[in-house]
Amino acid sequence: MAEFFAMGGYAAYVWSSYALAALVMVGLLVATLKALRGAETTLKALEGSRPPRRRRARNGAAASPAAEVGEG
Amino acid sequence: MHRFANPARFQRLSAAILPWTAGATVILLIVGLYIALIGSPRDYQQGDTVRIMYIHVPAAWMSLFVYVNMAIAAACGLVWKHPLADLFAKAAAPVGAGFTLICLVTGSLWGAPMWGTWWVWDARLTSVLILFFLYLGYMALVNAFDDPQRGTRAGNVLLLVGIVNVPIIKFSVDWWNTLHQPASVIRMGGPTIDGSMLVPLLVMALGFTAYFITVVLLRLRAEIVQRKIQTMRLTEAQG
Repeated sequence: MAEFFAMGGYAAYVWSSYALAALVMVGLLVATLKALRGAETTLKALEGSRPPRRRRARNGAAASPAAEVGEG
Repeated sequence: MHRFANPARFQRLSAAILPWTAGATVILLIVGLYIALIGSPRDYQQGDTVRIMYIHVPAAWMSLFVYVNMAIAAACGLVWKHPLADLFAKAAAPVGAGFTLICLVTGSLWGAPMWGTWWVWDARLTSVLILFFLYLGYMALVNAFDDPQRGTRAGNVLLLVGIVNVPIIKFSVDWWNTLHQPASVIRMGGPTIDGSMLVPLLVMALGFTAYFITVVLLRLRAEIVQRKIQTMRLTEAQG
């Protein structure tokens, strides 16, 4: 076991390589999941809080041709 | 409304694919790490430092693979104005930058004991460093505009211009004198590397690819939700 961790005398180089790769990949994954959770929570809050106002707003936008052009 | 038709279908599709890519990532990386660290022999010249290769080479492949995919998406985004294409490049950029960083640092950690130097300004190393800066530049550019559409358009142009760097990286070891060794896997006439080292290399590369697909799908989902929030806030503000 000790021999395995010693990596033939190159332990510092080999293990820092694997540690850095793990750090970057796990870090990216965690940051991504956090951003996704955060965005989903915000969206749910927005959708849940005022659905009737949203519908009114969208009908209003559809009724005016200028708004449609602006969106496309 | 058709602008959201495709993203909606993507949300359903990605939800179905994600468990499989996540599972494949875990299995491939566990198997890959086992054969890379325990199940493969040490090199007769390089000793155990050869194990750095199983991180370094797949990360280098991914850094190019991700960039080419982003450039293709950029072309699709510019030509057809496909909303998912723009979002894909944006979602993939940090992952590509991460792989390039891993490639550069593990290369240094491998070069120090084997070449006797952490860094040389030769063609291969410098062109990969430029690739890293292209990723960073793209990410900065996309977020530099108040209007996200202008940001992605500017970023897409940068990605297409930067594609010239890809063949330079690939062939730099053949065109110029360099400390870096020439290709030993993806080359005419087949790989020159022994099977006992080729197998862990390929398993790790597949694991990295599965990881990339998983994280990009998650990031794309987040981007789509983010866009929805923006649209809702905009209509709220207008109404």
